[in-house]
Amino acid sequence: MTTATAPAGPAFISPKQRRPGVVLLLGAWGQARTKIGLGLVILLVGCALIGPLFAPADPTEFVAAPFAEPSADALFGTDNLGRDVLSRFLWGGRSVLSLAILSTLIGVSLGVAIGLVAAYARNVLDDVLMRTMDVILAFPQIVLALVAVATVGPKLWLLVLVVGITTAPRVARVVRGAALDVVERDFVRAAEGIGVSRNKILFGEVLPNVTSPLVVEASLRLTFSIALISALSFLGFGLQPPAADWGLMINENRLGLEIQPWGVVLPVTAIGLLTIGTSLIGDGFSRASIGIQRGARAE
Amino acid sequence: MSRTPETDAVEPVQSEPSLIAPVSAEAAVSTDPLTAGFLSETGTALPRRHRRPRVFRGITGFIVRRTLLGVLTLFVASIIIFAATQALPGDPARAILGRTATPESLAALREQLNLDRPVVGQYWDWLSGVVRGDLGDSLVAGQPVTELLGSRIVNSAFLMFISALISVPLAILIGTVSARRRDGPIDHALSVVTLALAALPEFVVGIAFVVLLGTTVFTVLPPVSLIPPGSPPWNYPKELILPTLTLVVAVTPYIARIMRASMVEVLESEYVEMARLKGLRERKVVWRHALPNAIAPTIQVTAINLAYLAGGIVVVEFVFAYAGIGAALVDGVANRDIPIVQAVSLLIAGVYVVLNLIADVATILVSPRVRTTLR
Repeated sequence: MTTATAPAGPAFISPKQRRPGVVLLLGAWGQARTKIGLGLVILLVGCALIGPLFAPADPTEFVAAPFAEPSADALFGTDNLGRDVLSRFLWGGRSVLSLAILSTLIGVSLGVAIGLVAAYARNVLDDVLMRTMDVILAFPQIVLALVAVATVGPKLWLLVLVVGITTAPRVARVVRGAALDVVERDFVRAAEGIGVSRNKILFGEVLPNVTSPLVVEASLRLTFSIALISALSFLGFGLQPPAADWGLMINENRLGLEIQPWGVVLPVTAIGLLTIGTSLIGDGFSRASIGIQRGARAE
Repeated sequence: MSRTPETDAVEPVQSEPSLIAPVSAEAAVSTDPLTAGFLSETGTALPRRHRRPRVFRGITGFIVRRTLLGVLTLFVASIIIFAATQALPGDPARAILGRTATPESLAALREQLNLDRPVVGQYWDWLSGVVRGDLGDSLVAGQPVTELLGSRIVNSAFLMFISALISVPLAILIGTVSARRRDGPIDHALSVVTLALAALPEFVVGIAFVVLLGTTVFTVLPPVSLIPPGSPPWNYPKELILPTLTLVVAVTPYIARIMRASMVEVLESEYVEMARLKGLRERKVVWRHALPNAIAPTIQVTAINLAYLAGGIVVVEFVFAYAGIGAALVDGVANRDIPIVQAVSLLIAGVYVVLNLIADVATILVSPRVRTTLR
C-alpha cells in the first residue's frame, strides 16, 4: 500500500520503521572500533584542514640547513631542501584527502549507476556491462594508473579519473549482487505497474534497499583510494615539487632517513593512521550490516 | 529468487558475522572475470541444461573453458594496454618527448613505435611481436626489452614465491588459532591486528620496516635491497628480508581472516561434532579433521591475494630499490619508456589471469561437492 507513494522513499518500509540508513548508522556507532576509527579520522582530517593555520613557516620557505635536527626553530627539523618539516606536514594532508575522496566519489557514483542498471536490465545489457567491468578487474589498480601516467604524464585530474574508474567495477559488482534480489521484489513490480520511470525505480526504490552493502563497500574503497593516491604521489606521479604532500614528502626525505627521520616518519604515520581509521569505520559498518541481515532473517 | 547472485558461493563465509571486515570484502568477493564465471557456474545451482560439445564437459572441459576465457581476457587486456599507451588521440611521440622534441627525434621515435602505420597495424605488429617473444627495444636503454627484463623477472618471481611460502602457512595458522579461541581475547587481538595491518598501504609498511630495522631504531638490516644484475637473488638473503616481510604483512591478514571464517564454520559442522563425540582430543579434531576441509574455501582467496602480490611488488620493489619488474615499471613510467611499460603491465596482467586460473582449477580439484555438480 505504501508503493503508491513510492518515489518519496523506500517502499517496503512502513512509516514506523526506521530508515535502513539510520539503523546502519546506529548499529555501527554501537561498535567500539567505529568510535576509535572515527577518532583517528577526525584527528587526521582536522590536521589536514586546520593544520595550515598553525604552520610556523611557509611550506616552501628555506629555514635552515637541509636535514637539520629538530630545534626550537624547526620542531621536527628540516627536509632535503632545508624547509620546515612540521609546516610541510601540516600543509601536506589536504591533497591526499581531497584527491582520495574525489576519486572515491567518482568510483562509487559510477559503480552504483552501472550496478543498478545491470541488475535491473535482466538482459544482454547486464552481461555487456559486467564483462566490461571484468576486463578492468584483470589489472591491479596501480598498474592501470601507472600505464595512464606513462602516456599522459603526472596530472592530478588523471589520477582522480583513473582511481575512480578502476574503483567503479568493484563497487558495481557489490551493488549489482545486492540489487539482483531487490529488483525481483513486489514493490518494484508495483512501481513498474503504476508507471514509475526506470530512473526513479532504480534510485528511489532499489538504491535505498542496498544501502548497507554499499556503505560497507564505499568505506573499503575510500581506504584503498587513500592508499593508492598516496602511493602514486610517493612514487613521484602525484603532486609535483615544490608542493607539500605527504606522499611526496616521504619520497623526498627517504635519502636522509639516517640523519633526520622526521620528514619521513610524520607523513608515514599520518597515512597509516588514516587508513587504519577508515578501515575501522568500515569494519564497524560491516558488522552492523551483518547484524541487520541476521535480524531480517530471524523475522 | 529467480536469479543467481555470483556472490552466493562465498555466502558460507559471509554468514559468520565478526569476520567479514570491509578489508576482506575484496578478498571474499572475487574480483576476477574468471572466478566470476566460475562461481555462477559451479558455486550455485544455476541451471545449465543445454549440452556442450564433449571437450567442454566435465573437469577437463572446465579447465579448457577457463583457459580459453583466460586467453580471451589477456587478449582484451593487451588491447587496453596498447590503446592506453600508443593509440590515444594526439601525437604519442610528442607526448613522450615533450618540449625538448626536435623534428629528427620525433621522426625517429615515430619510426621506432611504428606510429606512421594505421593503429590496427601497429597493434598487430606489437601483438605478433609479443607472441614471438619480441617486445621491442627500450626507448631509454636502446636494448631489447626481453634482455632488460629477463633477470628482473627471476628476481620478482623469487620475491613473490618466498613471500607466498611464508604468508600462506602463517595465515592458516593465525586463522585456525583465532577460530579455536573464537571470541576470546586472542581472537579479538588477532582480529584488530589483522584489520589494521590489512588497511596499511604497502609503502607505509615498507618504510616502517626501514625505519625500525634498517636506518633509525635498529640498524641490523640493509635499508635497500640492491641485487647486482646477473646474480641470483637467493645469494642475497639479508637484502631479501625486508621486502619479503613487507609483502607478507600485505597479504597475510586477508587470507587469515577468510581462513578463520571458514574454520569457524567447519568447527560447527556435524562431522567435527562427531569426531569430538568419539572422544578425540580437540587438538586432533582441529588439525587433523577440520583443517583440510577448512582450507578448500580459502584456496580461491589465497590465489587472488597472491595475484594481488603482482600489484604489490610495484611499490615494494621501488621502496627497496629491488631490481624486479615492479621497479622497472616505475622507472619506465618516469622515463616514459613505452615498450617497457607495455611489456611489464601485460606481464602483470598475465600473472593475475594465470593465478586466478590456478585458483579455479585447484578449488574444483579439492572440493568434492563442486566437482560433482560439473559432471
